[in-house]
Amino acid sequence: MAKLPLQFRLNGSDRATFVDPASNLLDTLRRGLGDFGPKYGCGQGTCGVCTVLVDGEPQLACLTLAVSCEGRQIETTSGMADGPNLHPLQDAFMDHFAAQCGFCTPGMLTAARALLAKNPQPSREEVVEAISGNICRCTGYEPIIAAILAAANAPGARRA
Amino acid sequence: MLDLRTCTSLSEAAGILSGDRQALLIGGGTLVMRDVNEGRLTEGTLVRVTDPAFRQMSTGGARIELGAGVTMAMVLANRELAFLHAAARAIGGPAVRTMATIGGNLFAAAPYGDFTVALLALDAQVVLQSGYGSGRAVPLEDFLSARERGGQGLVTAVQFARPQNPAEFHFRKISRVKPKGISLLSIATHLPLSGGRVAQPRVAYGAMAPTPIRARGVERALDGKPLDQSAIQAAKQAALEGCRPATDAIASEWYRREILPVHLGRLLAGEPR
Repeated sequence: MAKLPLQFRLNGSDRATFVDPASNLLDTLRRGLGDFGPKYGCGQGTCGVCTVLVDGEPQLACLTLAVSCEGRQIETTSGMADGPNLHPLQDAFMDHFAAQCGFCTPGMLTAARALLAKNPQPSREEVVEAISGNICRCTGYEPIIAAILAAANAPGARRA
Repeated sequence: MLDLRTCTSLSEAAGILSGDRQALLIGGGTLVMRDVNEGRLTEGTLVRVTDPAFRQMSTGGARIELGAGVTMAMVLANRELAFLHAAARAIGGPAVRTMATIGGNLFAAAPYGDFTVALLALDAQVVLQSGYGSGRAVPLEDFLSARERGGQGLVTAVQFARPQNPAEFHFRKISRVKPKGISLLSIATHLPLSGGRVAQPRVAYGAMAPTPIRARGVERALDGKPLDQSAIQAAKQAALEGCRPATDAIASEWYRREILPVHLGRLLAGEPR
């Protein structure tokens, strides 16, 4: 089966690659383009660790058909920091010890980023709802919720 | 190996699905890509539809039509569909809702498919297109009972009447994990009141049978009665009619049978979960 050409913007840069017809976006990002920000967890849409933004909306990269991303804007945690300056969410995650083993962190950061882009001052309930598709087996979620709430109140938090 | 066909028109996709038994429609990917990732789906053709009609919503009038490619997030963003928001929010987390479609939910095996339960209580029709002809509407209940056989063609849309009083429509998903857990069961009720009495109620369950089902015993118990204690008691006694719940990782068949009348009674009485 011939591979298909695919182009999209990844963290603000134009990228082009070839993919198998039924490839998912996660394989394309990790194996094809070397972006190891999103992780492979369950492959079933249950854990949320592969969450990326597609045109600003959260999607599970492991369940997204790669070719459906033609011409779209993909954002991952790899593009969150601005040079040496971490994104306010990344700072808040460090300050609140919101990462323990760290495996869920890319998905949590991306889910939080999608929330704050639409709702810069979320309630605790809205934060819980926003990360409800992301599983963390270490922290008990509380440090993550606290970090997101703190980032919402930090200067520059609205930077998408 | 899996092939992929991208179709710019509904009729092209319907033609492929009708002519090739190994062809499978992929919408948001939340069902099909799971099978691809698990290695359960390795041969055949994935059919993808880019026709804008597939994601069209007509929600302004008394008759609502939603394209099969409409996502749960699109339902939640539409204020005219506020009565369906509880059902749409019951599907996954935000990332799943960006992807998961109404058409896909019709095919989700128990205990999934909660949105379809709401559609069943709304007496929805499924628009099917086979080959290159035009679509035909079939009752959702008939569609679901024929679902396992397959080969019904392409689901292009669902249609249903807007409840005259949205406050008479209710949906509840019962799960152990909050705010997002897999269904122990789900219940949708449409109980129009006429002169203080329930008139032609529709009640549907999810995860109480291999597909979402109507609760005909409950409907009979409530029809023509005021929604009082004795009607609710009769509905609870008839609650399990037609139920064939599974034992799975979420709950046993016994447990589902035990809790269904309790949650149905609370919903009918307007009590919190």
